Amino acid sequence: MKQDNLREWEQKCIQEEPPECTAACPIHIDARLFVKEMGRGDHEAAFKVLAKTMPFPGILGRICDHPCELKCKRGEVEAPIAIGLLERNCVERATGKVRVQLLPRRGQTIAILGGGLAGLTAAWDLLRKGFGVTIFERSHELGGSLREFPGNTLPQEIIDEELAVLDTLKADCRLGQALDATVFEDICREFDAVFIDREAVAGCNLPLKLDDAGEITIDAASGATDREGVYAGGGTRCIGAYSPINETIQGRKGSLSIERFIQKANMGAGRENDGPFQTRLFTSIAGIDPIPRVQPKDAEAGFSNEEALAEAGRCIQCECMECVKVCLYLERYQAYPKKYARQIFNNEQVIYGAAHTKNQFVNSCSTCGLCETVCPNAFNMGDLCLQARRAMNEQKFMPLSFHEFALTDMAHSNGEQFAFSHHQPGTEGSAWLYFPSCQLCATSPGEVISSYRFLQERLTGGVGVMLGCCGAPAYWAGRDDLFRETMDALRTQWEQLGSPRVITACSTCLSLFREQIPGMEAVSLWRVLEETGLPVDACAATGTTVAVADPCITRHDPETQGSVRRIAGAIGMTIEELPLSGDKPECCGYGGLMYNANPKLAKDVIDRRASTKTADPGKYYHTTVSGHDYLAYCAMCRDKLAGAGKRVSHLIELIFPTVAGGDPAARGWISWSQRRTNRARVKQELLRELGGKGEDIVEPYANILLEMTPEVSRRIDERRILEGDVRTVIDHAERSGQRLRNSASGQYRACLQSGNVTFWVDYTPADNRFQVHNAYCHRMKIVGVKK
Amino acid sequence: MNLPGEAQGWICAACGGELEMMKVGFTYMKGNFEVDLPACRNCGLVLVSEELATGKMADAERILEDK
Repeated sequence: MKQDNLREWEQKCIQEEPPECTAACPIHIDARLFVKEMGRGDHEAAFKVLAKTMPFPGILGRICDHPCELKCKRGEVEAPIAIGLLERNCVERATGKVRVQLLPRRGQTIAILGGGLAGLTAAWDLLRKGFGVTIFERSHELGGSLREFPGNTLPQEIIDEELAVLDTLKADCRLGQALDATVFEDICREFDAVFIDREAVAGCNLPLKLDDAGEITIDAASGATDREGVYAGGGTRCIGAYSPINETIQGRKGSLSIERFIQKANMGAGRENDGPFQTRLFTSIAGIDPIPRVQPKDAEAGFSNEEALAEAGRCIQCECMECVKVCLYLERYQAYPKKYARQIFNNEQVIYGAAHTKNQFVNSCSTCGLCETVCPNAFNMGDLCLQARRAMNEQKFMPLSFHEFALTDMAHSNGEQFAFSHHQPGTEGSAWLYFPSCQLCATSPGEVISSYRFLQERLTGGVGVMLGCCGAPAYWAGRDDLFRETMDALRTQWEQLGSPRVITACSTCLSLFREQIPGMEAVSLWRVLEETGLPVDACAATGTTVAVADPCITRHDPETQGSVRRIAGAIGMTIEELPLSGDKPECCGYGGLMYNANPKLAKDVIDRRASTKTADPGKYYHTTVSGHDYLAYCAMCRDKLAGAGKRVSHLIELIFPTVAGGDPAARGWISWSQRRTNRARVKQELLRELGGKGEDIVEPYANILLEMTPEVSRRIDERRILEGDVRTVIDHAERSGQRLRNSASGQYRACLQSGNVTFWVDYTPADNRFQVHNAYCHRMKIVGVKK
Repeated sequence: MNLPGEAQGWICAACGGELEMMKVGFTYMKGNFEVDLPACRNCGLVLVSEELATGKMADAERILEDK
């Protein structure tokens, strides 16, 4: 990944954008953090938050006209957080002093004309930046309009205390100064730059350009007047709407402009967000219960501490996290896409010898795309991860273990035991081509055969058949070489069959065919069945209610989703829509090869989707489930949900039932070994229908008969150990005699390295078969005993 | 060296010999390691327990894969 590519990704994620309150605040107080600290009852910490940005927090904290509240998201629920009252409660109680961090002294001196809030802010900012500051004030005290607030809101002594910091910083305050055109010219000569608080110079007749109302004209962005080096601001009082926070921002803008003027820096660069701006942060208020705004019992005194605590507790601490709320993967790694993009970038850039600590993270995403759907900015974590996986392969640091099992399974599907294509028996051409998919053949071989027979009866022009894998595992693994090779081989076969219309029962195949093979017209089996009508022996499911578990790949395929629902309706089912369906389905943990690279995460994902477990408090992600049976139309969704104990059937099991009156939702999980056997069975059946002998393809070591309990069978399947692997180990142990024996139980234990994996099996020979007690494996290779 | 508990009771079925703790070499991702494991001195048969394979060994594999 290149730096600018990283920037693009980072820019898309808005989680770190400021909340509405901060963006609406002219001086960008971190009001969210301030209110959070107030919610903890920590006045000192809250005060620090204010003091970081606010000049004279003891003053402004009491009188700010809080435009932040107008934008507060709570306001969209019932009423905004009373940030203004909270600030007052804070500054009235906090004992902390503002700690000033001064920058090194600079040689230049700045004149401030007028000691109202705008002038004082400019003075404060410039002093902190190391400039010498002289304040010229006509009256005999600083403060201007500040002095006119009621004493119980802003006591005079507070103003004096707060302004004492100017003395500490050695500002030269010249009170009772006459200000006229002559004095002004002298000041302009004497000082390097000038800031004019417009509130304080009314009637002074300064030689500057005025507007129609008699105010000094300034550039709204910089505060520049028509004279070089002279900036002005403030004076909201003169237009009859005194706004302390607007006085403050104008003083601040002026001070920043003066600094840039003196440094001869670009006046406008990077100042787009000076003053209030529209934030990009999105915050959902869905599901937020209204809580009435706390009204102080004593309106004059403001909030009591209890009232302040209660009011601060209403703050929803605005943030986006829309993707994290719907994705266990994104939650599990405890950040959000902007941070993840940076981590992935760093993972690629590590210097030689350091660890690629985010390898598993990159390979754990299901690439389902739900994040993109719910993101206000369409951030697709799957695209980012796939891009990173391709880079890992290219740069040769992709761990084999992440995808090896899946790619081997794919090779099985595209090998002699399964791959196959042919015209309809007795025909020489195909108007249609049925591509049932490797995984559906693996889980529902009988139904696949029935559906093929049905299509041959109902469609004209010949229905050819093609068995194989579309290459999705290679795509997910970031193995573009292998994926292209697979797609090219499929396309060639399809062209040899006369480029017929393709019918597929797998939405992943459908999606990849449509995207990757130009000219191929592909349609879902379900759409075709809507046209042909359903078989007479389709299951009659009248009176049952199911929740449709849309596969994640159908997110942008409403046509297929609609067909499935209409067919389910036609066989009598009532459909309940899951909150995450339609364009928002979740992945079952198979997609993106999550189950292969991160089995634990995949298990957690499907367990949560299958159980009615309530959300963990404090966690973002909480899944949506239904107590009804699920209706799946992706073989992997069915298998994964069934494996997690959920009652689920596949649509093909309902349309082409293998047992009349059966209960497919009770079928349960099936093993990886069984899947391969099932695939081979489909091919053999088709070969028989073509008039071949249909001789079984004999698996190696098939003469070694195994017995194991369902628990053992399940455990070794979860470890992705095939029965074929177990047979290989036993065969080797029995022939070579290389095995261990447990003298207590009489069991044997033997191992064999096969490919990159060493398999261990505990077994007992029993008559002509072998009782398997356990199996496990590791990838480290045993070199041998050191003599 | 005593055999760990999970190795108790296992003997080499090829020669009938007891297992004893020996240095066993492993290799993974260009790395070579030696671990003390129960093994048969005569036949060289090694015992990797389920606990070791699914625990420490799996963890070490992950760390090496990230190198």
